[in-house]
Amino acid sequence: METKELDLWFTEEHSKEAKFSIKVLKQLHSVQSPFQKIDILESKEFGRFFTLDGYMMVTEKDEFIYHEMIVHVAMATNPAIKRVLVIGAGDGGTVRELTRYDTVEHIDMVEIDKMVVEVCKEYLPQTACRLNDSRVHLHFEDGLRYIRSKEDAYDLIIVDSTDPFGPGEGLFTKEFYGNCYKALTNDGILVNQHENAYYTSYAQSMRRAHCRIVNLFPICKVYQAHIPTYPSGHWLFGFASKKYDPVKDLDAEAWNRLGIDTRYYNTELHRGCFALPTYINQILERDS
Amino acid sequence: MNLLDQNRAPIYEALERYKSMRVVPFDVPGHKRGKGNIELTRFLGEKCLTVDVNSMKPLDNLCHPVSVIKEAEELAAAAFGAQHAFFMVNGTTSAVQSMILSVCKRGDKIIMPRNVHRSAINALIISGVIPVYVNPGINQQLGIPLGMSVANVKRAIEQNPEAKAVLINNPTYYGICSDLNTIAALAHGYGMKVLVDEAHGTHFYFGENLPVSAMSAGADMAAVSMHKTGGSLTQSSFLLCNHPDIHQGYVRQIINLTQTTSSSYLLLSSLDISRRNLVLHGKEIFARVKDLSGYAREEINKLGGFYAFSSELIDGDAVFDFDTTKLSIHTLDIGLAGIEVYDLLRDEYDIQIEFGDIGNILAIISVGDDMFVLERLISAMAEIKRLYQKDKAGMYNHEYINPEVVTAPQEAFYATKHAIPLQQSAGQVCSEFVMCYPPGIPILAPGERITKEILEYIAYAKQKGCFLTGTEDIYIENINVVGGS
Repeated sequence: METKELDLWFTEEHSKEAKFSIKVLKQLHSVQSPFQKIDILESKEFGRFFTLDGYMMVTEKDEFIYHEMIVHVAMATNPAIKRVLVIGAGDGGTVRELTRYDTVEHIDMVEIDKMVVEVCKEYLPQTACRLNDSRVHLHFEDGLRYIRSKEDAYDLIIVDSTDPFGPGEGLFTKEFYGNCYKALTNDGILVNQHENAYYTSYAQSMRRAHCRIVNLFPICKVYQAHIPTYPSGHWLFGFASKKYDPVKDLDAEAWNRLGIDTRYYNTELHRGCFALPTYINQILERDS
Repeated sequence: MNLLDQNRAPIYEALERYKSMRVVPFDVPGHKRGKGNIELTRFLGEKCLTVDVNSMKPLDNLCHPVSVIKEAEELAAAAFGAQHAFFMVNGTTSAVQSMILSVCKRGDKIIMPRNVHRSAINALIISGVIPVYVNPGINQQLGIPLGMSVANVKRAIEQNPEAKAVLINNPTYYGICSDLNTIAALAHGYGMKVLVDEAHGTHFYFGENLPVSAMSAGADMAAVSMHKTGGSLTQSSFLLCNHPDIHQGYVRQIINLTQTTSSSYLLLSSLDISRRNLVLHGKEIFARVKDLSGYAREEINKLGGFYAFSSELIDGDAVFDFDTTKLSIHTLDIGLAGIEVYDLLRDEYDIQIEFGDIGNILAIISVGDDMFVLERLISAMAEIKRLYQKDKAGMYNHEYINPEVVTAPQEAFYATKHAIPLQQSAGQVCSEFVMCYPPGIPILAPGERITKEILEYIAYAKQKGCFLTGTEDIYIENINVVGGS
């Protein structure tokens, strides 16, 4: 006789009126850190996944999309990037993609919550696998505090933060972006996860973040990716740069010669991902 | 009173009891527990509206407390080390005024520093009490008024032995404390009452290693803004009494002269609950607040250009002590007035601080803050320095101008007067206030001589963006001066 499975679901509210659910096989870990609640769950559809305060962070099945897109667009725009600062990203996926470049010499990763890194090292080796790379230096502190004293120090800053409520809030502020500008070299690039533009509450934080960056950097673009487990499935990234234009300055051949094996990113998509739907262009234009 | 009693909150408990009885209200307020004003209920929340109730037997009456308010006042008195504590719902303004009116009558003299809050001088207008101002002295580098030096108070007392009271502003907005113990003993030696405007000093009663509180220094009365650093709702406050000659019933009469007869139970319960919270947890709370502001001060001083001042200002006299929970920052060295930094923080960084004056800003750090918000403030300050720093030449740094008092405030306020353009008023006697708000310390008070120096200061403050207030003319272009036109 077939045993009946437990009717256990993970549900995240994507808006007040819309929810997203994944059937859960079992809960592997649950712990309250000084900052947030960390949960590791196992599912059939998305594999193992990790949530903070009940918000989806990473699933084994679709994390490649997010991590490839937050790293390779900037790396292909300026292959000379050597020094990188990653803020947030406790799951290690962003660092994993960065370590695929032999040319990257130094990676500082600043994550406020040490327990996130510990839990991910134990339960999500798929993303946390390169945190022990000799080029990677972990700092467990507030990103806003860390960056304040840095000047002309990084070629690339990646802000892989949680949503702008809770501990990630300071990473969506003008003072943070201003300090990023100061911490970047003359041809520096800032990439940040930019929320979605479909649900109103997220769209507002996206727009605010965008406006704040537009006032600081000469080149400001937004690009997109399809990430099934994030609200609306349509995720945006901010690309701000002091010198390089991500589309005009892309040397596709050079990047392709590196032979980095990817599953979502490619240089054709690189050009295309900056072409945004009209409703998003309208939101960005309206307030910038 | 033992600690067990302090676990109680009689007004709060009475409201909970009252709610559970589901009484049908045929009394005011007319919103009837919110049901008559759905929009307001949606905005403020049903829980809030259900306890917005009127005085009644089970909830006592603030005008004449006999049950739960009386108990709550006794608990508060014990918590503050006072003989009596009055719950105040018309702000600390009303507490300051009640203090002065309780010990002084028309024509009596009161010794006070000139850098008091407008509420103290308002009390003089209402009562006809005559001020004897003690120059608070000024820190030249920072441009801030200090506390009262013992020598200056002594001189004022000796020259005016008939004065009824000494009023001390402690701590000042900036966190500067006077030598309360010595001044209180000195004043008592001459039979004067000692009143303390302790609007910014609630935490002195509950934290450790903080400056001495008014009650423990032997003051006779103190006005304590529980809502400023104690966590209660805006407008709620305590008036503390500690002298056998100051009759409780008489003080209540004085309070009732101007206090509402429809006191808000939201305010009363917030005082009750906050008192309990501070007695039970105040030590940890204020230790944490001190750590937070200490950290912010250190980081801001590391940025260079800014000077977040602290206990190094202590000189044993006009700066007898310093309240290190305060985060006061001198900004002139980066070429920006405090008010300009205050505006930049709000307009560019969505950070609202307490006030900015000519040379400084003040951020209130409290139980509600954490490291994340402090990092935002520090980072925004770093950005302001990076992006807006300029030459400091031409920056004004004078905050305190010693006034020439020509007539008493009440006399000047009610005198025959006429309005003239502010900029042409030098030499005249002012009949009203001019001040920046906040901090609400009058630049000119009724009865004072208007000088060229004062007018220059006002023009500069206006140009830098200070919010000026006090005159009958809302545009602060004309001023009422004493005398017929």
